[in-house]
Amino acid sequence: MACPDLSAPTQSSDDRSSIPEDARDVMSEGDISRALRRIGHEILERNKGSEGLVLLGIPSRGVPLARRLAACIEDVEGHAVPVGELDITLHRDDLRRNPVRAAHRSRIPDGGIDDRVVVLVDDVLYSGRTIRAALDALSELGRPRAVRLAVLVDRGHRELPIRADHVGKNLPTSRDERVHVRVAEVDGLEVVRISGGESR
Amino acid sequence: MTRHLISSADLTRRDVEDILETAASMHDLQRREVKKVPTLRGRTVINFFFEDSTRTRSSFEIAGKWMSADTINLSAKGSSTSKGESLRDTAMTIDAMAVDALVIRHNASGACHQVAKWVRCSVINAGDGTHEHPTQALLDAYTLRTRLGDLDGRHVVIVGDLTHSRVFRSNVITLKTLGARVTVVAPPTLMPSGIAAWSEADGFATSWDLDAVLDGDDPVDAVMMLRVQRERMSGGFFPTPREYTVGYGLTRDRLDRLVARNEDVLVLHPGPMNRGLEIAPEAADAPQSVVLDQVSAGVAVRMAVLYHLLAGDDTPAPAATSPDASSAPTSRTTEGAAR
Repeated sequence: MACPDLSAPTQSSDDRSSIPEDARDVMSEGDISRALRRIGHEILERNKGSEGLVLLGIPSRGVPLARRLAACIEDVEGHAVPVGELDITLHRDDLRRNPVRAAHRSRIPDGGIDDRVVVLVDDVLYSGRTIRAALDALSELGRPRAVRLAVLVDRGHRELPIRADHVGKNLPTSRDERVHVRVAEVDGLEVVRISGGESR
Repeated sequence: MTRHLISSADLTRRDVEDILETAASMHDLQRREVKKVPTLRGRTVINFFFEDSTRTRSSFEIAGKWMSADTINLSAKGSSTSKGESLRDTAMTIDAMAVDALVIRHNASGACHQVAKWVRCSVINAGDGTHEHPTQALLDAYTLRTRLGDLDGRHVVIVGDLTHSRVFRSNVITLKTLGARVTVVAPPTLMPSGIAAWSEADGFATSWDLDAVLDGDDPVDAVMMLRVQRERMSGGFFPTPREYTVGYGLTRDRLDRLVARNEDVLVLHPGPMNRGLEIAPEAADAPQSVVLDQVSAGVAVRMAVLYHLLAGDDTPAPAATSPDASSAPTSRTTEGAAR
């Protein structure tokens, strides 16, 4: 049975709202690229090479970040590591609080995730609920040897016992601030900004 | 999205595309070892079938179960309906049990529309009389899109008993929503009265001559054969089954001619098929036939429909106060608020 093209880029639908005027830059294009390069090295160091690695991006902006990490790793190791994307919509715990959004297909690389080391990649780590949903989604797809988490920004305020293994930047924030991550593949702009909060 | 799914016309293009997108991810689930997601845990779906059905009922039941909803099947036989309870009392009784969705098949056109006025839960039309069957149209669109990609400008021919077909009515609407061009073909006796005005308003073509359409200037991307309902055969709509086949069946010869012009032409049939009547066995089993793909898509599409109607915020719907309170069945909720 024919399937839609798996290589087609996914459509990002969420968080397209514009960044407020008063937002200030916390990571430039150069900062982001250096952070990803470092995380790539950390992943390899921790894993003692790229053996068994699978990178899974969480839509929408985790997906291009995972692809770039894979490219960094390929630069160092000389061969490609499998990259995919993991849609977590069906496992969210806040479905009843929001209007419905379409679920998208997860794209798991050939070879699956059984006995692999899966590195989940997301842009911002905040409450930890997205990662909780991602772990549930993963358990339905197979049984990885280990699951690690790489994020570009950790802004604190965890609501679940979850922590990242690899962090691009630790960004202390207050709950009423907003962190805006923009990546070139999705937004045509590459920056991390923070807005709101300071005029309390 | 609407709260109910009564008619295919309740769905905007964005709604249809969202449902089909979700259905694709549900279809992946179907190929997994563990076919279950927790998404509708704690929700209750009642399948109330006043009319016989195999695939629609079982696929709705499976769809609910794979989404972790609790599903219960009721049929008219064996329920209080056989004791003479009215549709309204039955619907309100079930609604009073605080269920989340009522999937209804009924032999009267408009039954679902009526029930939606009486109940607080979501109502999903699983076929009402000769009116509509929106989830069938969605799964047909899903099947077509899987093979053809975008349906904009594609030419779909629907052939058969149009007068009594709810599948045709929903399909014309959904295909138009997705930008496809539709030609409907039927013998004059099975062409609904007033179709001229309708086809003009909705921009589809009608014909009494199947061969002229298949061999016409407009190449055919897909042909959808409708079931000849046995109960109609004695109704004087056509002289003999044999004559129907000669004029309107997808015979081996017609299939060969279609394939000669377009090798990738698709053959659809909503089932159950009358082999040798409206569709020849050679056509039903041809590589161009996607009949089993339609069945397979049925579960995924119904999961997607349940998801889009039930997963979102559970702001209590306006309570059905008096029986004649005319809350529109297609009332829009907070569409697009988080998009």
